[in-house]
Amino acid sequence: MCLAIPGKVLEIYDENGIKMGRIDYAGAINHACLEYIPEIEVGQYCIVHAGFAINMLNEEEAQAALVELQRLSDIIAAEDDHT
Amino acid sequence: MKFLSEYRDPKLAESYLNRIHKDIRGSWTLMEVCGGQTHALLKYCIPDLLPDGIRLIHGPGCPVCVTPLEQLDKALAIARHPEVIFTSFGDMLRVPGSTTDLLQIKAAGSDVRIVYSPLEAVRLAQENPDREVVFFAVGFETTAPGNAMAVFQAQQLGLSNFSLLVSHVLVPPAITAILDAPDNQVQGFLAAGHVCAVMGFWEYEPIAEKYQVPIVVTGFEPLDLLAGIHHCLQQLETGQYSVENQYKRTVSREGNAAAQQRIRDIFEVGDQKWRGIGTIPGSGLHLREAYRSFDAEIRFEVTDISTAEDGECISGLVLQGKRRPDTCPAFGTRCSPEHPLGATMVSTEGACAAYYRYRK
Repeated sequence: MCLAIPGKVLEIYDENGIKMGRIDYAGAINHACLEYIPEIEVGQYCIVHAGFAINMLNEEEAQAALVELQRLSDIIAAEDDHT
Repeated sequence: MKFLSEYRDPKLAESYLNRIHKDIRGSWTLMEVCGGQTHALLKYCIPDLLPDGIRLIHGPGCPVCVTPLEQLDKALAIARHPEVIFTSFGDMLRVPGSTTDLLQIKAAGSDVRIVYSPLEAVRLAQENPDREVVFFAVGFETTAPGNAMAVFQAQQLGLSNFSLLVSHVLVPPAITAILDAPDNQVQGFLAAGHVCAVMGFWEYEPIAEKYQVPIVVTGFEPLDLLAGIHHCLQQLETGQYSVENQYKRTVSREGNAAAQQRIRDIFEVGDQKWRGIGTIPGSGLHLREAYRSFDAEIRFEVTDISTAEDGECISGLVLQGKRRPDTCPAFGTRCSPEHPLGATMVSTEGACAAYYRYRK
């Protein structure tokens, strides 16, 4: 299943020569391989699939999407006020 | 939770739905490719909230569902070997093979274990040098980086008691096959967010151009899905057909280069059989020649097993979007998650299981 819950990296460590992390998914803690996002640091968010972090979460883009959604919502509210 | 609850805001979702109702006038049919998106759509009742003319067809993006029956029978044959520790993601254990499933043979004494990551299977092989550890490597482009890494690490560690039973499928050839079908009804696609997190979305651009079909890379939360649907419908209403990225917080056009490189190092593209659909050219990943020693089919001599599907199950038509699960005569009666006839009722990503859970 595509688990879309972003995980926050709590700790980075090495196991058998592979970069691993302890990840917090909204309170549930598990481990994931970080080898495909070597640039990630403790405190940053990533998307994990079947035990592997497949990408970092781009916090700027996440914020920009929410701003855009809010803008659309405000436009709709303004349109409704005029009808 | 940060980066999650914001995308489930009911007020924003209501505004977005109003926007869709105001903007969209035509009748359109979209397909969400990913089974995770199918479940999210049904969980939040989104298909019922869209304008009347909008139809969502559920695509084949459920790895458990499209794993061919004969791969399951091969898994069962391998797992019965007394020296084997057979490892798999949990979803595969209850999928029916021709006569039984992995859970039943585990109950009968075979050593079948659920793992969370293929690296756990590698660790088992390290800890049990006198046993053969086999991992059931199924999935789309999302699980391929992990399975490739498992083979790479097993080789680095010099493990000769680790192998993969591979059944890997790729999304773009499946989309092409759907569009090539003479009775295709799909006019726009929501592309699977996590597949694109790995592979990027550049592979979809020639498909959008050739078939003149909009493709929107979409996430999994209600606001993601509504935005993806809205963008796709707006393209259809204005006669456009490009690839758009709704899921920018996770997906870039190029994807994860390191993961793609490791996949290419270990696997090569080849023809692949999809359960209920048939063989799609160039739609699978197979171990490269240099890594064939990790191929469980060769190691356990099961390459010749071939089997036929149960006649009653319509999962093949469901996977192609040609039938809705609740139009099957067996749905909810002879077929349920407890007693499934086919994989689409077993998997947490299967369309039949989603209808059973949220619609029955």
